[in-house]
Amino acid sequence: MQWETVIGLEIHAQLSTRSKIFSGSATTFGAEPNTQASLVDLGMPGTLPVLNENAVRMACMFGLAIDAEIGEKNVFARKNYFYPDLPKGYQTSQMDHPIVGKGFLDITLEDGTVKRIGITRAHLEEDAGKSLHEDFHGMTGIDLNRAGTPLLEIVSEPDIRSAKEAVAYVKAIHALVRYLGICDGNMAEGSLRCDCNVSVRPKGQEAFGTRAEIKNVNSFRFIEKAINHEIQRQIELIEDGGKVIQETRLYDPNKDETRSMRGKEEANDYRYFPCPDLLPVVIEQSFLEQLRGELPELPTQKRERFEREFGLSTYDASVLSASRELADYFEQVNATCGDAKLAANWVMGELSSLLNKEGLDIEQSPVSAEQLGGMILRIKDDTISGKIAKMVFEAMAAGEGSADAIIEQKGLKQVTDAGAIEAMLDEVLAANAEQVEQYRASDEAKRGKMFGFFVGQAMKASKGKANPGQVNQLLKKKLEG
Amino acid sequence: MHQLTLAQIARGLSDRQFSAEELAGSLLARIASLDPQLNSFITVTEELALAQARAADARRAAGESGALLGAPIGHKDLFCTQGIRTSCGSKMLDNFAAPYDATVVEKLAAAGTVTLGKLNMDEFAMGSANESSHYGAVKNPWDLTRVPGGSSGGSAAAIAARLLPAATGTDTGGSIRQPAALTNLTGLKPTYGRVSRWGMVAYASSLDQGGPMARTAEDCALLLGAMAGFDPKDSTSVDQPLDDYLAALSQPLAGLRIGLPKEYFGEGLDPKIASAVLAVVEELKKLGATVKDISLPNMQHAIPSYYVIAPAEASSNLSRFDGVRFGYRCENPADLTDLYKRSRAEGFGDEVKRRIMVGTYALSAGYYDAYYIKAQQIRRLVKNDFVAAFAEVDLILGPTTPNLAWKLGEKNADPVSAYLEDIYTITANLAGIPGLSMPAGFIDGLPVGVQLLAPYFQEARLLNVAHQYQQVSDWHLRAPAGF
Repeated sequence: MQWETVIGLEIHAQLSTRSKIFSGSATTFGAEPNTQASLVDLGMPGTLPVLNENAVRMACMFGLAIDAEIGEKNVFARKNYFYPDLPKGYQTSQMDHPIVGKGFLDITLEDGTVKRIGITRAHLEEDAGKSLHEDFHGMTGIDLNRAGTPLLEIVSEPDIRSAKEAVAYVKAIHALVRYLGICDGNMAEGSLRCDCNVSVRPKGQEAFGTRAEIKNVNSFRFIEKAINHEIQRQIELIEDGGKVIQETRLYDPNKDETRSMRGKEEANDYRYFPCPDLLPVVIEQSFLEQLRGELPELPTQKRERFEREFGLSTYDASVLSASRELADYFEQVNATCGDAKLAANWVMGELSSLLNKEGLDIEQSPVSAEQLGGMILRIKDDTISGKIAKMVFEAMAAGEGSADAIIEQKGLKQVTDAGAIEAMLDEVLAANAEQVEQYRASDEAKRGKMFGFFVGQAMKASKGKANPGQVNQLLKKKLEG
Repeated sequence: MHQLTLAQIARGLSDRQFSAEELAGSLLARIASLDPQLNSFITVTEELALAQARAADARRAAGESGALLGAPIGHKDLFCTQGIRTSCGSKMLDNFAAPYDATVVEKLAAAGTVTLGKLNMDEFAMGSANESSHYGAVKNPWDLTRVPGGSSGGSAAAIAARLLPAATGTDTGGSIRQPAALTNLTGLKPTYGRVSRWGMVAYASSLDQGGPMARTAEDCALLLGAMAGFDPKDSTSVDQPLDDYLAALSQPLAGLRIGLPKEYFGEGLDPKIASAVLAVVEELKKLGATVKDISLPNMQHAIPSYYVIAPAEASSNLSRFDGVRFGYRCENPADLTDLYKRSRAEGFGDEVKRRIMVGTYALSAGYYDAYYIKAQQIRRLVKNDFVAAFAEVDLILGPTTPNLAWKLGEKNADPVSAYLEDIYTITANLAGIPGLSMPAGFIDGLPVGVQLLAPYFQEARLLNVAHQYQQVSDWHLRAPAGF
């Protein structure tokens, strides 16, 4: 049977406000346990929440960026359950009246097609603390530094059809929140976490299958693996005559499997009700208009501009606009060299593989955009060939200075003087007289292969510096002639 | 000295008739000798009181003045006091010394008040008789076999017995006004949002409001002026300037339009209370007020609405008492669930558990719409009733309670009969309007209270009318025998 996968994602993005959503405590990651927990964060009797205006502002920016309806009046609600790292016994969240309503986000798939993913809603809520099970023999430590950190929970429609699409969507959200400057996107530190709702159904069937929710997956790679594993598990289960049950599962990256955390019957009744300590938040149209004016160029807009202005393919444009820093880098390279296609090729090619290999972010690139642009200029004016450029690039990466300095110092300047090349070719042909004879005696088909041998010898003799085009042209003339 | 009101104390201190330290010492001695009969204090803060009194005397000697500089008061034991036990009348918080001061406590301390102690109350403010306290029932000084009302019963009994001139209370469904009525005091529940709730341990957040309790309207005005005001730490507090409550006291009542809601004089009201209340109306007429019969048709739904909303909020507010970070923790918990279950089962009393269960039920999936949403709709109707009534009258007047103070233990078996005692007071909490109870006479030696209700933020008007009535009556000056 042919199966179709249906995926919906809930992404928790930690908003990069300086203080917590309902208290003045700092939100810095990695502080000593419980040093960033105020009376409010500790849930002390008699304490009250005061909403952080900046968190509202950031949520609105997100809403504007996904073309969503923004709740004119949104309401905080209490989600009641007991857990040691939940100090008040309830989480302040939003239920019936979220700040951000229906919107959408376009994602670019690997084949360059653009797919629109619906976003059901996004709401503000406070994070819980952390239970620390290591280091305390037979006991559990509680760190409430994270308690009260503002989160934006972004809920997608079940529009996603594969693990790859899911990753593309999460990457697009990741790029968007970073473009907006509302979340640092650091998945390792938990700034962006993802719950995946996965179900399968026979292809062509309209009704959804029963879904399982995989909680808290915290890297792009794990999202893909966890979903693929879960799809496989569900299909095998059904094909073996079993039934998927609605439950919460946990992905174990070490074993690459998901396992049941709790079933539906164990699910809490959260007894949501409007939080009486907080008034409804009224968002005025003028506030939104002002905010709209302050929004930066967003990934989709940038991608479209790259296609339009630079003639890049949709895929290339979407890779280059995936992060603001990468896009800025690319634009700087382009501004220096004036050749967008070459700039795109170098950024997505040599530069990306260098960064990958070294495990560096674009901001940490050892080759600056100006350096790379300067090098491309030398390719364009035939000072160096593409092959030599790779050597220059490596030297720049090793910190040996600008392209011009490296070319000068290493004497890599391309030889374009026809006379000099001819003299060099004459020497090469003389040294390989036997091969020249064979070449001339051969038919067209064989000649092609042999020609490459001469080019190789010539480039070797010139230490790669001879202009390859001229070498080709002159060599042909000499051999034919 | 113990007979003095706050206003008289202010004059005495200002005229150097006595020092704040002498006054505090005298009242502390009185508390030590008389409170064992009443059980109105949970904690007597003798050291703090004497230190604050000496500081007040020093400030006065340095040239400072201020009506509350050196004034002795007490706080209901749900206002957080830094370093001092804040028990909420519960075993759950018996070991809890608050790490900070409530805004009300801080403001009153800044005004120079002297805190004699923390006053007994129904556990977590849930009750109308002050019998649900972990620290035992409070007795009514007018008859030691009777309840003082609740939940601010400790505040009421202490003031009525002249152990204190004034105290703070809180009112979620009548917890200031009802005990004031049952002990011959003046007590004011301000407009919701007028007094900060920061540091006031929550029972039902959308209904809770702190306010003053004293023997006279003038003293309530003095205290309210220092307690009230916008607080950025409480999102539900209202940023609106304070009226000059003292200045407003002397306004004549000519032209005052008083509404008498027929629902307040119907079935269930002790007829003797009705006569006492109507006698007050006659006096007010003599002072220039006019009277009109009005109707608040949704009052009958107020109790069921209140007993959904208040427990629903309470069930959530009291979740933080889980034995993990502060408060009572059971011995040797087997696991986390056991820790939760036994800490809460052992730490909370019956009335608190009853309301947590009712509230949990009302918020549960499948019941939420039928109970909580319905109750909120009724709440809106109750509010609309008042808005409509205040288009025609300036003030609404009626009895504070349907009955006089009842015998200790009398209503223990039937919580609903105790809930019905709140019938006249609950509507003000649901609507958020201010309400005041003042002495209206005695029946068989037991005090009767009359309640005045006003539009939002018209506390000054309530205090004004009560003060004017207290100029032509002396009920409020009468002291219980033996105190």
